[in-house]
Amino acid sequence: MNSYLAVSVSPHTFTWLYLLAAVFFILALKALSSPKQARYGMWIGIVGMVIAAAITWVAQKASHDWVIAVAFVAGAVVAVPAARFIQMTAIPQMVAIFNGVGGGAAATVTTVEFLHDGASGIGPSHAVEVIFGVAIGCISFSGSMLAFAKLQGIMTGTPITYRGQQFANGIVLVVVVGASVATVADPRDIWLLITALAALAVGVGIVLPIGGADTPVLISLLNAFTGLAVAADGFALDNLVLIVAGTLVGASGSLLTKLMSDAMGRSLPNILFAAVGSTVTAGAGPGAGGERSYRSGDPTDVATLLAYSHRVMMVPGYGLAVAQAQQTIVELAKALEARGVRVTYGIHPVAGRMPGHMNVLLAEANVPYEELEEMEQANGELPTTDVALVVGANDVVNPAARDAPSSPIYGMPILNVDQAEHVVFLKRSMRPGFSGVENDLFYDPKTVMLFGDAKDSLAKLVSAVKAA
Amino acid sequence: MITDSVTLLVIFVLAAFVGYEVISKVPSILHTPLMSGSNAIHGIILAGAMVVAGYAHGTLQTILAAVAVFLATGNIVGGAVVTDRMLGMFKGRQPGRPGGGAAKEGGAEKAGADKAAGR
Repeated sequence: MNSYLAVSVSPHTFTWLYLLAAVFFILALKALSSPKQARYGMWIGIVGMVIAAAITWVAQKASHDWVIAVAFVAGAVVAVPAARFIQMTAIPQMVAIFNGVGGGAAATVTTVEFLHDGASGIGPSHAVEVIFGVAIGCISFSGSMLAFAKLQGIMTGTPITYRGQQFANGIVLVVVVGASVATVADPRDIWLLITALAALAVGVGIVLPIGGADTPVLISLLNAFTGLAVAADGFALDNLVLIVAGTLVGASGSLLTKLMSDAMGRSLPNILFAAVGSTVTAGAGPGAGGERSYRSGDPTDVATLLAYSHRVMMVPGYGLAVAQAQQTIVELAKALEARGVRVTYGIHPVAGRMPGHMNVLLAEANVPYEELEEMEQANGELPTTDVALVVGANDVVNPAARDAPSSPIYGMPILNVDQAEHVVFLKRSMRPGFSGVENDLFYDPKTVMLFGDAKDSLAKLVSAVKAA
Repeated sequence: MITDSVTLLVIFVLAAFVGYEVISKVPSILHTPLMSGSNAIHGIILAGAMVVAGYAHGTLQTILAAVAVFLATGNIVGGAVVTDRMLGMFKGRQPGRPGGGAAKEGGAEKAGADKAAGR
């Protein structure tokens, strides 16, 4: 279809080098199977990108070299400092913005392709490829930018809903499809513009009603969208490396989206649309049965319990990241380790604001990765654990998800902290978690509640353990 | 270059399966680097941006192409830098590693104990 490439590089050489780059991308992802090789893998991926970008640069028709060079340098100058100095707690919004930028680039590339070919008449199949690139790219761009604004605190992180939201979203989606069909039938710029604008609105519509605790799913989904947009661009430009790279990312994003929704025990549509149109399920479960007694401890009691244990498992949740207490929990672990207590971290897949976020926060706080245990491994060890210390997590350790078929969170995989000999909850109050479901474990005789700000409580525990 | 759409479709489908297989082996501890690394990989749209920049015609197309190159470069470079930084933080238990003090020694002892316990 388009052979605008200069012939100074033979088509064969070109394809071979693209294939090499694609193989490098696959190897880069494969290296992520183990923390030991992961970093080398990233460099393999970077080499792949340099090969692909360099060969494209050499082969592209020799016009606008200066424009490309200036835009390239400008992009690098903006991105490098941002990426260098970002806080690890802010990684989710960083990923969101880079994701959006990639989606925007994908949409822009196919727009140029359309404008360029439109003059000479664009065939229907080519138009379809272009439309996919533009529409998915635009959804990804606006959705990611909004997610960035929410995570960065530029706007409220709570779900935004309004009357008739589903209807409005439906209308916009119909406009996208309608304008797309119109573009294919009658390839005029105005139709493509309407498609793009409506797709931008769809992205906003998807992200508006999603709340803070569901962001791991959202970010995975947007990642998949950008991957698919890039793959669509690959079809539009007949470009092998774009198809392979975009598809790899699309697969990765889709898989993570599925893993995250499974880890929440909810379906993807439920997460995306739950806040829309539903009257908030009131937290007051009927099983509460008036006042129930629970044991509330002070830091000294808890510190003694911890200091004289053999095995302690830390169970950090979203609340720990919110309280920025990851350094303090590691201090506590180190104080306990210095006394010979064996400390591990049991990490639920959705702890944090994006898939695996808690692991990065703890790795930054110098926890060796061997101590970071995935849910399955942690569950194997909990029955022989003396104390499970739950910080800022609730639903992910609620036994109701396992035992009570009537519970709204039933079926969500949890960390079985109730199987440890003692359970300590660091919480602000007795308020139930995000799902609003009462946690019976709070009232269990083996449980001690330590109320207060997570960071504050942990700091008190550190000094109490050191004194014990 | 391969320009046959059927061949491209075959590549697409195979890449989807390869991606699924490779990525399902990534442990959840590395999911954030996976996401930010794959984020950098889709920055390869830079190649597409360069292609269209090469044949952009007129002011509007040239400006849009330049925007695409700018955005794609930001994506690729930023994503790679952040991922590399993050992966640099994942460290195993290494007895000889400098810094850390008492807690590090505790970690080393634990590693020994774990080995003894056959973990």
